[in-house]
Amino acid sequence: MHLAYPVVLAALLFSVGVYGVLARRNVILVLMSVELMLNAVNLNLVAFDAWLRDSLHAGQALTLFTITIAAAEIGLGLAIVLLLFRARGTADIDRAIALGDPAESTADVDEAPVGTEALKGRATA
Amino acid sequence: MSAAALLAATGPLDPAARSFLSPTGVEIVFLLVGIAVLGSAVVAVTTKQLVHAALWLVAALGGLAVEFLLLTAEFVAWVQVLIYLGSVVVLVLFGLMLTKAPIGRSPDADSKNRWVALVVALASAGTLVTLVVDAFRTSWIDLGAGGGSAAVTGASLFRTWVLPFEALSVLLLAALVGAIVLSRGAGRRVPAPRSGRIRAGRPVGSNGTVAQRAAAAPPAEAPETAPAEES
Amino acid sequence: MNLALPALVPALPALGAAATLAVGRRSPGLARPLAIVPVAVSAVLALVVAIQLGTGQVLDAATRLTPTGGPEISLAIHLDGYSSLISVLVGLVATCVQVYSTAYLKDDPRYPSYAALVSLFTAAMFLVVYSGDLIVLLVGWEVMGICSYFLIGHHWETEDARSASLKAFLVTKLGDVPFLFGIFLLGADAGSFRIEDVLRAAGDGRLGHPTLIALLLLAGVAGKSAQFPLHTWLPDAMAGPTPVSALIHAATMVAAGIYLVARLLPVFLLSGAALVVLAVMAAVTMIGSALCALAQDDLKRVLAYSTVGQLGYMAGALASGDREASVFHLVSHGAFKALLFLAAGVVIHAAHTNSISAMSRIPGLRKRVPDAYWTMAIALIALIGLPPFSGFFSKEAVLTAAEHAANGEALTNGLGPASAVPQAAGWIVLISAGLTALLTAAYAARLFLVTFHSPAGAALPAAGGAPAVADHEPDAPYSPEPDEADPAVAEPPAMRWPLWVLAVPTMGFGIAGLRSDWLPALLDGGSLKPSAVTAVTGTGLAVVGVLLAYGAWRAATARTTEGLPAPAEPGRVPEQAGAPAAEVIVADPGRALLGPLFGPARHGFGVDRLYSALFVRPVEAAARLVRFLDREVVETYVRGSGAGAELLGRVVRLAQTGNAQTYLSALLAGVVLLAVLVAV
Repeated sequence: MHLAYPVVLAALLFSVGVYGVLARRNVILVLMSVELMLNAVNLNLVAFDAWLRDSLHAGQALTLFTITIAAAEIGLGLAIVLLLFRARGTADIDRAIALGDPAESTADVDEAPVGTEALKGRATA
Repeated sequence: MSAAALLAATGPLDPAARSFLSPTGVEIVFLLVGIAVLGSAVVAVTTKQLVHAALWLVAALGGLAVEFLLLTAEFVAWVQVLIYLGSVVVLVLFGLMLTKAPIGRSPDADSKNRWVALVVALASAGTLVTLVVDAFRTSWIDLGAGGGSAAVTGASLFRTWVLPFEALSVLLLAALVGAIVLSRGAGRRVPAPRSGRIRAGRPVGSNGTVAQRAAAAPPAEAPETAPAEES
Repeated sequence: MNLALPALVPALPALGAAATLAVGRRSPGLARPLAIVPVAVSAVLALVVAIQLGTGQVLDAATRLTPTGGPEISLAIHLDGYSSLISVLVGLVATCVQVYSTAYLKDDPRYPSYAALVSLFTAAMFLVVYSGDLIVLLVGWEVMGICSYFLIGHHWETEDARSASLKAFLVTKLGDVPFLFGIFLLGADAGSFRIEDVLRAAGDGRLGHPTLIALLLLAGVAGKSAQFPLHTWLPDAMAGPTPVSALIHAATMVAAGIYLVARLLPVFLLSGAALVVLAVMAAVTMIGSALCALAQDDLKRVLAYSTVGQLGYMAGALASGDREASVFHLVSHGAFKALLFLAAGVVIHAAHTNSISAMSRIPGLRKRVPDAYWTMAIALIALIGLPPFSGFFSKEAVLTAAEHAANGEALTNGLGPASAVPQAAGWIVLISAGLTALLTAAYAARLFLVTFHSPAGAALPAAGGAPAVADHEPDAPYSPEPDEADPAVAEPPAMRWPLWVLAVPTMGFGIAGLRSDWLPALLDGGSLKPSAVTAVTGTGLAVVGVLLAYGAWRAATARTTEGLPAPAEPGRVPEQAGAPAAEVIVADPGRALLGPLFGPARHGFGVDRLYSALFVRPVEAAARLVRFLDREVVETYVRGSGAGAELLGRVVRLAQTGNAQTYLSALLAGVVLLAVLVAV
């Protein structure tokens, strides 16, 4: 099999992940996109493992490790997201802009007050 | 691995036998599954329905497991199915539910950053594809059965990679503890948000409490329109 | 001789100045002793040093100050007859002035700083006199300049004092800059800043540019000694307290320039051109200032112009190559001019005005200040140069020197060949000195007659204890003394006895020049005896001047008493409208004597106006241009940079959205860009 197939697939998958990370508003969807990027890397690892016929199977072992770390990451990430949600009443990443310039942030907040209030109401419950 | 072995591993470079125009069966399957994977991934990052996105992710990751199989990495493929499809996607779904993600289409699923994201993604895709095609155009994988079987992988894992493996178990434990601490500790410290006090864009103190910053308070405060649904 | 003694002479007043400044404000009782004692001790020490040195001796001692790349600078002392003589004069005058000031500025809140500055000034003058090194001399020279600046501006509440102090500072600095270059050039040519080395080099003919050096030095001398182009600061400097005028602007500081030329006369003798320039300078100064003095109404300005003229005499003597005569005149002039100023201070103190025409209207002024009346008479006679007072002998010495120079046999006393002095210089000095003798006599007689012997004053002898309100000519600057005593009260003894102390040398000092083993032995050993021709001519001219002034005064007085209007001065306005006293027309002989020259002479022949047109206005225009450039051009760039930075900040602020996705997008875009750059 040509090596080009898996590596091109991995590159495209990675780019899709990049798009997701940058474009999605919900934090959990962003985490999903990160998983896509990790999987693209995994595909690369496996492909190169097979290509190099590594006797140590470094690629596959690293893939397993990556999967493990990804599991840990998604666990911790979800915990943080839940924390954020409890504190803010939202899981939207473009609302968590406390580090931004205040003048800009108020403008952003004023854009969608209804959604915020709705989330707030649910958070109160 | 010696240089000769490495050369052998790359396989003979016979252009007639290795043309892209005459793909092997494995290649065709790989290509089709790859298209499916890519399509599901694209749908997963673009769909407006959040739960559907998680399900499309299942499709993409499952397709990737098939690709692993095609690359003779059986064990990795099963681990992929078990961990990703079995736990990660379930966790993601749980997260969506716990954060009360709306069921159905949500028109604001994508942020305003979308067009920038698209440009960056296309640029990176173009760069990466150009580079890897340029680099691996003539490389050939000699697929041999059993290269990634559970026996072989287990042997290498517990022989060569045992130390990182054990270290990873510690990492998992730490992640477990961390997740518990984050969930419980934060729940205890943060008081229940009172209405009118929570506003997006307000800074949050390092201990998780809501800081009161009167100076930055926006003058207009929307009236409480949405009553608690579940109270 | 113990070197500590001459070293102590400048050091003591300097320490006294520091101590006065330090404790004067907190304990005013200490200020007076601290001001007087060091200066007095220094005066005594200066006398002791002079006696120990003896006549005809020279003492040189030096210690190197610091290694330099070029000619070395050393802390050197050079003592000879000249320095002894002048240091004694400085000590005497400074002590008298300090004593006098305790009474004159009795209630002045700034007395401590004033006394400290006078002490510092005295120290600087001692330093100049004793220094054997040009750079150290320059230090004293500049310290004197700054002290003079501060002291003229002592009454800085008044506009006059402020502008006068600024003017004095700027004009003397104008001379000091070329002076500095002259010293550098001299040091570079001679390879040393030590005066004795310089003189030796001059003697050996090793100086490369004697004319240039002499002219550069002359600029500084003209500034310090108020010679013609740079003399304008001295009359204005009378805005300072009167004792300061006596000390600085009559007896000592203005003499520093003369003293310097006397010390460096061998250098000047190398350049005939410089001597002619000096002679012309002196001649213009003498005649012009005497004419101005004849027209002034301000008592102190008359004396100031007279000082300028007498300094012209000294410069003339130097131009004739005779430094003995010059220093002789310097010392005798220092004594009688200090006396004149101090007496004028008493008169002003009593009359509450500087204006002599106002004084003439005060009845019984003569009776009111008898000490000042008599001492002023003595000093004025000395100024006129009538025998046997000191002024006669010293002026005759100058005239004799000029006569010899005119005949081609200048009295250089071995400093150089007699032919080194151009005959033209001698002639210029001789003729102008004769003319000045006439004018000097005229203005001195006018001053005395108008101030003390006017008919208004004589008509009401001792009529009232309190004289009329001080009124003076509107254009005559009056230097008010905020602490002036009640005019009815007699002057304290501290203001009276220094007059008599100074009157002694005024009367008797001239005798010292008669025998060649008295004063001349202390100096260069030449003769200071007046020659018959010049003595007769000079005295005759002086007598003619006095008689002319008296005649004109009698005529003017007669006209006034007959009710005939005197030639009206156009700018004269009654100061207090309706006050009849202001309408009394004062008999002023100067008006009759000068005729059409009176107006210009009163205003210093418009030199100030010329300078204003030549320098002040272009400088102001340039300043306006610079201001415009600064405000409109430079500031635009500054503002533009500020606005640019602010704009940039606003743009950059847009990037700070706080949205992690935006940041990440930028980051990844950068990574891609880098990857492309590396790959391609």
